[in-house]
Amino acid sequence: MAPGAWTVTGIRAAVAAGDLSARDVCARCLDRIAAVDGRLHAFTAVLEDAALARAEEVDAHRGAWRDRPLLGVPVAVKDIICTRNAPTTAGSRILADYRPPYDATVVTRLLDAGAVIVGKTNCDEFAMGSSTEHSAYGPTRNPWSTDRIPGGSSGGAAAAVAAGLTPASIATDTGGSIRQPAAFCGAVGLKPTYGRVSRYGLLAFASSLDQIGPLTRTVEDAAAVLQVLAGPDPRDATTAAEPAPDMAGVFPGSASGARIGVPRAALASGVDAEVLEAFNAALALLAERGAEVCDVDLPHMQYAVPVYYLVAPAEASSNLARYDGVRYGRRAALQDAAAGVPEMYARTRSEGFGAEVKRRIMLGTYALSAGYYDAYYVHAQRVRSLIRRDYDDAFASVDAIAMPTTPTPAFPIGERIDDPLAMYLGDVFTVSANLTGLPAISLPAGLTRARLPIGFQLMGRPFDEATLLRIGDVLERDAPWAEERPPVSA
Amino acid sequence: MPRRTAARMGDSSLITFCRMPTVLTAADVERIAALAHLDLSDAEVRIFTTQLAQILEYAERLKEVDTSAVPATWRPGAAAPGLRPDDVRPSLPLEDALAGAPERGPRGLFRVPKVID
Repeated sequence: MAPGAWTVTGIRAAVAAGDLSARDVCARCLDRIAAVDGRLHAFTAVLEDAALARAEEVDAHRGAWRDRPLLGVPVAVKDIICTRNAPTTAGSRILADYRPPYDATVVTRLLDAGAVIVGKTNCDEFAMGSSTEHSAYGPTRNPWSTDRIPGGSSGGAAAAVAAGLTPASIATDTGGSIRQPAAFCGAVGLKPTYGRVSRYGLLAFASSLDQIGPLTRTVEDAAAVLQVLAGPDPRDATTAAEPAPDMAGVFPGSASGARIGVPRAALASGVDAEVLEAFNAALALLAERGAEVCDVDLPHMQYAVPVYYLVAPAEASSNLARYDGVRYGRRAALQDAAAGVPEMYARTRSEGFGAEVKRRIMLGTYALSAGYYDAYYVHAQRVRSLIRRDYDDAFASVDAIAMPTTPTPAFPIGERIDDPLAMYLGDVFTVSANLTGLPAISLPAGLTRARLPIGFQLMGRPFDEATLLRIGDVLERDAPWAEERPPVSA
Repeated sequence: MPRRTAARMGDSSLITFCRMPTVLTAADVERIAALAHLDLSDAEVRIFTTQLAQILEYAERLKEVDTSAVPATWRPGAAAPGLRPDDVRPSLPLEDALAGAPERGPRGLFRVPKVID
């Protein structure tokens, strides 16, 4: 098994059977990161010593831990999720030297499942961005074409999985931050239902939108990791009571009898011709495998991006108020000995935050400020209800809704960095899942003629990730593009 | 303030901005920055005035939606989270909570610059 072809399920089985040691798996993973990541910059920190020590611990307990679902599996964690005593920068200067005093619940669950955390992955600062160019630590590069962005905000997580540096990454999705980079890098990215996975220990960006989920090479791996992450957590009051999803009978997948709705009106303009061609080819394949494909109407979908870019910055401006230089993180040195706390706050935040974070804090503060709160923020939250209503109506007659994950393939580094609105408009197909809380998955759907990956997105009913995985597995097993790998893996 | 005048005259993108329905001035941007505890440079004020106006103009299309009979969605999903008994549970040890402090004071306190004169 070459490291680039490693899967979660394959490694787990080999370690549990004693065919591979967790230490050997970890060492080969670290070697591959050392060999390849200089070209990608997927990682902000590689936890070499801790990972090897952990892998040895797994090996020492192999008998007793034999049934653990991620036994010996290397996992990378997005650098916005707290790992105890290990760097957690959120891609920001303001947390450059931060070492959290606790693990996020998802990290605890990964460790309880027998996983080995190999490192922290690069992301747009506080997950605000669609390209990973807004990381204070420099951009990540797309493994299919290193002059292009990998997507964002979880660009490092997606690039690491696509290039075979790790079989799984854990990341966050607030407006598409798992699915869009999965699409651009040719990985599987799953945003679970709002409330499915605990956010305890996630550095909050937009609390009504944030969700944690997996990026993997295969659909079955996404299911395996989701089962470990999912379930109620007394430390996060927004987790739902639903137990982890039952994956019995999901694999091997099937599209037979699945009713798949397509919002054709929303695809009529603004979608790249090759993306649309690949999307239609994937739909045709699913129809051939027994799916019923029909049109659905989502009349308010056209408002999803403007709603999102009022709601998300508003929540961000509130959440990021905690970065004030008092309790942890960076504090600015004050030149003026007479300066007080207000000056310390403002200097710390101005030096610590990058341009996109400042832009969103400004936008959100404006949308929440006196005189504008009802016109912008409350009105956007009402339109949000209409968007959800469209989906509820559509799901009365279909089991899943399909659309491209992104309107274009990955764009060149630098292309949209000075045009925030152009960057935001690329999120047109992903933000609705966050506004509605619905689960959504991005699946590889082939390559453009220039060999850039294209993503196929499925959205489902609340807590029905199983249907998305069942249908997705068909695309993965039966599609002609399933074995494509980026050149950096060669 | 003279620098604002210069910004308006020097930035051609503001000509477009003046025709927009959303009127956002550099003074607005400075007021918002103060609310958000951000010190912006003149260049940042200039660019944010343009960019925020563009984004808000784009958001204007929401005004065409009649939401008079629609409740707001504050967060997706079901009802409010359930309540639990208010039991005492272990929490972060004081030493761990203080470990990342930029500046520590005595007796488990965070030290900050003076708050009042």
